[in-house]
Amino acid sequence: MQSIEQNNEQWSPRIVAFFCNWCTYTASDLAGVSRLRYAPSTRVIRVMCSGRIEPTFILEAFIKGADGVLIGGCHPGDCHYSEGNYKCLRRFHLLQRYIVEMGIEKERLRLEWISASEGKRLQEVVNEMTDTLRQLGPSKIKEVAETIVK
Amino acid sequence: MGKDKAKLKMAIYWGAACGGCCVSVLDIHETLFTVIEHADLVFWPIALDTKYSDVEEMPDQSIDITLFNGAVRNSENEHMARVLRQKSRLLIAYGSCAHMGGIPGLANFSNKEAIFRRVYEESESTVNPDKIRPLEEVMVAEGTLHLPHFYNDVMTLDQVVDVDYYLPGCPPQSERLVEVFLAVVNGTELPPKGSVVGASSLVQCDECKRKKSEKKDIKRFYRPWEVVDDGETCLNEQGILCLGPATRGGCGVRCVVGNAPCRGCYGPLDDISDFGGKMMSVIASMLEGKEEAEIEEAIETVVDPAGTFYRYSLPGSKLRRKQL
Repeated sequence: MQSIEQNNEQWSPRIVAFFCNWCTYTASDLAGVSRLRYAPSTRVIRVMCSGRIEPTFILEAFIKGADGVLIGGCHPGDCHYSEGNYKCLRRFHLLQRYIVEMGIEKERLRLEWISASEGKRLQEVVNEMTDTLRQLGPSKIKEVAETIVK
Repeated sequence: MGKDKAKLKMAIYWGAACGGCCVSVLDIHETLFTVIEHADLVFWPIALDTKYSDVEEMPDQSIDITLFNGAVRNSENEHMARVLRQKSRLLIAYGSCAHMGGIPGLANFSNKEAIFRRVYEESESTVNPDKIRPLEEVMVAEGTLHLPHFYNDVMTLDQVVDVDYYLPGCPPQSERLVEVFLAVVNGTELPPKGSVVGASSLVQCDECKRKKSEKKDIKRFYRPWEVVDDGETCLNEQGILCLGPATRGGCGVRCVVGNAPCRGCYGPLDDISDFGGKMMSVIASMLEGKEEAEIEEAIETVVDPAGTFYRYSLPGSKLRRKQL
């Protein structure tokens, strides 16, 4: 349990992860049963399709204190509902442009296509994102949204 | 209404606003006589010379209806919001600015320091070599003069005081105001506190007569001057960003009737918690492309997403202001 001990010593980022039921959620399950060790920074929310993820869900996660939001869906062409992941991809790009305009680092929002068999990839993505966020430091989004400066 | 029945007392106040909401009250034309028949206007800075101290001396809850338009931008706005809340039975956030922050709310992309620097030092028409800025207090022979304190953030009315109802619009349609007013006069049962009144619970597109198809397949977006609108097809389908799909109806889709896209001044429908978020979801879903590069290119054509999707609602949105 070395990684958890290490994390206790320093601030650890909180990632809200929206994973699609058919691919990325299953991949995280696979990573679990394969005993792949990765940073305990994600709080996974299972959605039926990445196309279900509204930009508002992501904004809500940020203002509730998430340091980063990770979206995981099926590879293009593999969506269980045929085109949900394309809708997700379009929203992601638009939302990312919006958050950058709002002064939020674009690395705090990440989209990855991870299929059900890619437990290893899930491990890599979560570790990578955790490192990136650790470099960026804690998110101030919640604080800024709650504080009114007179 | 019998003559013996006491007249209502009504107040209209402007916070950080352009004056359009107050003028929209005058736009009810001769119906104003009906209003005056039922209500005494006790405070209305655009039209009456009532002093703040007169309002401060009124007994609590003595004003029946207050229409508060404009956002809360400085200490004067906040003070009057608190005074009017205390004196009024019904406080109505009148217009987009009081409702969601409105156009003045776009100042939340900046801060006090940057605004003052731009206005008093850098703007093209400014000649101010000594970089003089307004002072909040100045001593003169007759005594001390005061200016309100300019806040760093713009606030919606309900971020400062408790609000009973919201009457949206930039400005609200005058007919809707008359409807709401008469409902109060006639003692019609009022909707639950916090409701949006004087607007529809359906989306703009519901009232819009333009031809719409199921599949949008938009390749890219244009700014209105870049294309010639055919006058019949849904503006979004022609690639002209129209915020109708997330905006509450009730204005009679006036902008679209005038061949201009809806900009969302009536605010979100009841079940939408973040107007711009919903709109981004709608707009992005209408695009056609599937390749990442193609999608990125199409999204690039949405110039200034934050300013476009939150044109009237930045202070009332989830993120509320830019992180500086």
